[in-house]
Amino acid sequence: MSGAARATSPDMTSTGPTDDPKRATGAPGGGDGAASGYAPRHTLPLRVEIVRQLRRRRTAVMFGLLLALPWILVVAFELGPAGRQGGLRLSDLATQSGLNFAAFCLSVSANFLLVVAVALFCGDTVASEASWSSLRYLLAAPVPRDRLLRQKLIVALGFSAAAVVCLPVMALLAGTLAFGWNDVIVPGTGETIPALDVLPRFGIVIGYALVSQLVVAALAFLLSVSTDSPLGAVGGAVGLVIVSTILQAVDTLGSVREFLPTYWNTAWLDALALDMDFTGMIKGTSVSVTYAAILIAFAFRRFRRKDVVS
Amino acid sequence: MKLRGGRRPAIVLVVLMLLATVGWVLWPSGPEVRGEDHTITVVDGPSDDQRVTIDATFFPPAGGGRGPLVLLGHGFGGSKRSVREQAMLLAREGYAVLTWSARGFGRSTGQIALNSPDYEVKDVKQLIDWAARRPEVVLDAPGDPRVGMTGASYGGAIALMTAAYDERVDAIAPMITWYDLADALFPNAAGGGPENGVFKRMWAGLFFNRGGGTPSISGVGGLGGAAGGTGDGPGTGTDDGNEAGRDAADDRARDGAGPDGSGRATPSAPRGQGGPPTEQEVRCGRFLPEICEIYRQVAETGKATPEAVELLRRSSPISVEGRIRVPTLIIQGQRDSLFPLSHADANARAIAATGAPVRVAWYAGGHDGGDAETEWVDEQILAWFDRHLKRTGGDDGAGAGPSFTVTRDGGRDPGTRRRVLVHAGSGRYPGLAGTQTRRVPLAGPDQPVAVPPGGSPAAISAVPGLGGLAGGNGGDLGLSVDMPGQFAAFASAPLSRPLTVTGAPTVRLRVYGEGEVTLFAKLYDETAPGQVTLPEGQVAPFTVRASESGTDVAVTLPAIDHTFEVGHRLRLVVSTTDMAYANPTKAAVHRVGLAEAAVTVPLAPELAAPATGPDAWTWALPLAAVAAAAAILLAGRRRRRDDRDADPELRDVPLVITGLTKRYRDGEFAVRDLSFRVERNQVLGLLGPNGAGKTTTLRMLMGLIHPDAGEIRIFGHRVTPGAPVLSRLGSFVEGPGFLPHLSGRANLELYWRATGRPLADAHLDEALEIAGLGAALDRPVRTYSQGMRQRLAIAQAMLGLPDLLVLDEPTNGLDPPQIAEMRRVLTRYAAGGRTVIVSSHLLAEVEQTCTHVVVMHRGRLVAAGPVGELLGSAAENGTRGRLEDVFLDLIGEKA
Repeated sequence: MSGAARATSPDMTSTGPTDDPKRATGAPGGGDGAASGYAPRHTLPLRVEIVRQLRRRRTAVMFGLLLALPWILVVAFELGPAGRQGGLRLSDLATQSGLNFAAFCLSVSANFLLVVAVALFCGDTVASEASWSSLRYLLAAPVPRDRLLRQKLIVALGFSAAAVVCLPVMALLAGTLAFGWNDVIVPGTGETIPALDVLPRFGIVIGYALVSQLVVAALAFLLSVSTDSPLGAVGGAVGLVIVSTILQAVDTLGSVREFLPTYWNTAWLDALALDMDFTGMIKGTSVSVTYAAILIAFAFRRFRRKDVVS
Repeated sequence: MKLRGGRRPAIVLVVLMLLATVGWVLWPSGPEVRGEDHTITVVDGPSDDQRVTIDATFFPPAGGGRGPLVLLGHGFGGSKRSVREQAMLLAREGYAVLTWSARGFGRSTGQIALNSPDYEVKDVKQLIDWAARRPEVVLDAPGDPRVGMTGASYGGAIALMTAAYDERVDAIAPMITWYDLADALFPNAAGGGPENGVFKRMWAGLFFNRGGGTPSISGVGGLGGAAGGTGDGPGTGTDDGNEAGRDAADDRARDGAGPDGSGRATPSAPRGQGGPPTEQEVRCGRFLPEICEIYRQVAETGKATPEAVELLRRSSPISVEGRIRVPTLIIQGQRDSLFPLSHADANARAIAATGAPVRVAWYAGGHDGGDAETEWVDEQILAWFDRHLKRTGGDDGAGAGPSFTVTRDGGRDPGTRRRVLVHAGSGRYPGLAGTQTRRVPLAGPDQPVAVPPGGSPAAISAVPGLGGLAGGNGGDLGLSVDMPGQFAAFASAPLSRPLTVTGAPTVRLRVYGEGEVTLFAKLYDETAPGQVTLPEGQVAPFTVRASESGTDVAVTLPAIDHTFEVGHRLRLVVSTTDMAYANPTKAAVHRVGLAEAAVTVPLAPELAAPATGPDAWTWALPLAAVAAAAAILLAGRRRRRDDRDADPELRDVPLVITGLTKRYRDGEFAVRDLSFRVERNQVLGLLGPNGAGKTTTLRMLMGLIHPDAGEIRIFGHRVTPGAPVLSRLGSFVEGPGFLPHLSGRANLELYWRATGRPLADAHLDEALEIAGLGAALDRPVRTYSQGMRQRLAIAQAMLGLPDLLVLDEPTNGLDPPQIAEMRRVLTRYAAGGRTVIVSSHLLAEVEQTCTHVVVMHRGRLVAAGPVGELLGSAAENGTRGRLEDVFLDLIGEKA
């Protein structure tokens, strides 16, 4: 170091302050006293945050898992003993067509795997910065707190959305290659719907899956802001989702269950019925948006007032 | 102590939850209900000379005291045991309940007379006499108890018949029962009356067989299972059977599981005790011989004789029209091909005509299966009796509840994915003709239809007893098969909007043929080409005296509540055969066409489910949440003017701290009333032992911690979290903070890009040279040593050559040559008009590097000034001129 530093030191004295006399005299760059070129609205651009997150190993592992799962299931269906013919459950119909297979993949992963993925991307984002201590340098840069949260939230939601979308799309691809582009057989009733008719509905399914994961995202984000432990934030969000799932199985709670955050998670199945029914999905969207709005508002409020000591 | 205080609320909470759980588990679950078995001897017969022993169970009101009496009848083939569950439920609600096995069933003696006024009705009147002497029963007058009657099917009919013959009955709630038994067994949808009706062969066979004993083919339930908990449940003439089997059958019936425990075939026990049954017993079972004989006749010919019609009508409410004048709740099943909705309609009209309050409910069950809706049905009956027997909630019939309720499919429960039902109601019963009608055009040519020789194979619509098996839960999965060549079909255009039919559609047909022609009409819902469902499996049989030139006939189709969705077609099928009926056996070919090219469908658009579509909260909740979120955010907003709070006089002063105070959460001071000032070109040393508050001060300086009091100004601008002036501050506080998965170079680049400032301002290369990491610069930071990270962090702090540089323990982890170099870098840095603040515990180092010193101890400032001055003052005091001594002296730790 000493050698390098010695080599640099003349530069330090010659270039630095004399370069810019105005700044050297401490004259404020603008009314807010910022350094020249600094503007709060330009701090932490999305591209920077995306690069920061994208190069992480857990991102690659999670996406790898989500993209590999459909193929693992294809292999499992191909190797396994011939399934019960004539059953009308989603799992019985999985090998009927690529779309049936994609619906099956989504149904088996929506309750846990996707929850973990979303909780990971949204729960880890602030907490891991805190645990690396890089958070305080970002805040002192300064990236305004609201902006930091906003940018991080956008990127985390973007990664979560990519995770939720990539699984069914890969499942559709894998299922179509393995089981063919056939008409969809509706679970439960056995009716068939032409594949091309279902394709736009599949878009609705994915869109609803995204919306229903908003609760998990918002909850994980709030925990992420509240703790310095990334594991705590992710685990806490997944844990609360599990508790909610258990509670919704208690029939005696009656209509109270409708307000549990996970209650409507499977409502997207209605979009694959012969007659689409949006009631469940609308209610689910309503509940999801409600929780998400309040949890995210709390996250911002909490972060604004927080003393960053990590 | 502190810890314990923090845990106490948690412990209290856990204890409270435990207590609540224990209390909830141990809480008495309502008063005990006990049934007393009684054997009541009654006298009946046309001339009141037949002694019959009735096996009855009396359930006193559970709470003690007196309660209104409810007589609870059982279904055909059942006994008093079939209704035990419902009896206990009513008793628990404060009613005195009497259940009994009707004559000819269970352990009661006598023979079945089909709820005849001479027999069963007389028996029940004497049961009321008996109950009137019980001290647990509320009396309206001596010998006149407050009586309600309910029951399903056979038990519902006795309620209607008794209400007509006994003035003491105050309210009834008959379920899935008949108005005209002759019409039920010989229906004629063309209005020709039972004499010209079509024999409902399979149902009639089951019905009359049930009187004799239970068929031993398992799977053929029939008269009851489907009716659910309230009625015909487990058919059994075997009260001497073992308890367990009976209870199991009861349970199954409560679940509405359809076919009951019919595997047990035993003829009536109380009579043929010992020895083989007599010829009479085998032929007629426990039926009255007259009934047995009439049944034999009609079953053989398939034609109703006038005597048969007369006999069946004496046991039907049609014979007592106008004499039932009590509040009546009629619950009829939509899946019922034995006693279809038209029977409920006729009963409702007859009773309503007397001015008595009537409520009609079409529920999802019936003799063909479906959903027994036990809980909902029990609730309705209870509410009816509460209003009309206990007279709670206003006077007779006034207000409270819709007059007409239809159970509809409510989609799936999203949590459990099970089908749910909704109950649509309206204030007025529209009848089967609806409150509106619509003509839906039908198209199709005249078509020939063949009657197969021997009447077989026959079309299938609803198969008695199989309904419960095939029907599933509310779906229309029933088998429906039409035989090729035996039917004519007429279809509408695809619907452009949904059509909800509530009531009985009508059509006018033209039949070409010879003599009496028997036909079966049904209205399918064609969901897609080639895919049809028959709503509730209902079919309308009719006969017409046809001619070669064509005879017009108006046919009333079965009453349904069904929504034909957009794109579906209505498909009218007229068939020559139906498996459930007596079919013509003589081969023939007729032609069937439309006399009028339309079907007239009744509508009741005023029917509204309590929750149609999304609830109000669906829209209100997110809006409220967004408003709440906005409130949460706005309330938490600090005043904006802090950002703009600039003191122009201090614009050239790098740092002024005034009265800065910060407390820990426990109230102890971390920094207390700290004030000092740093001028340009200074290298300020911040000194103090561990816990002096140095780091806390630096954190406040960076806007990471909110001060409790006082303020910090950098170049005159007040420091708040994220204040723009912080962009002129470079900092390294409490160790480095890097993304471990990125290289050193990427870390610095991304950090600078995160500031949003132009890359040219960064002076990245110079900073990287200070770090002096060489090739390691492109390795991930997680592979770095402590010293390497330290240097990288200092380089990061210097990015953009900030006017004020704050370094916390910068020489930690550096070797002596590096420390020396660092010293030179800092001195030069400050010399160019910038300012450096260094906090350190290495006093010698501070002494050599710094021009000024601030000494802190326990959060307070103890000394401030140029290094020389401080040393000088110390020298005056007689100590040697070393900073260490001065420092120890200042903090009062000098030995």
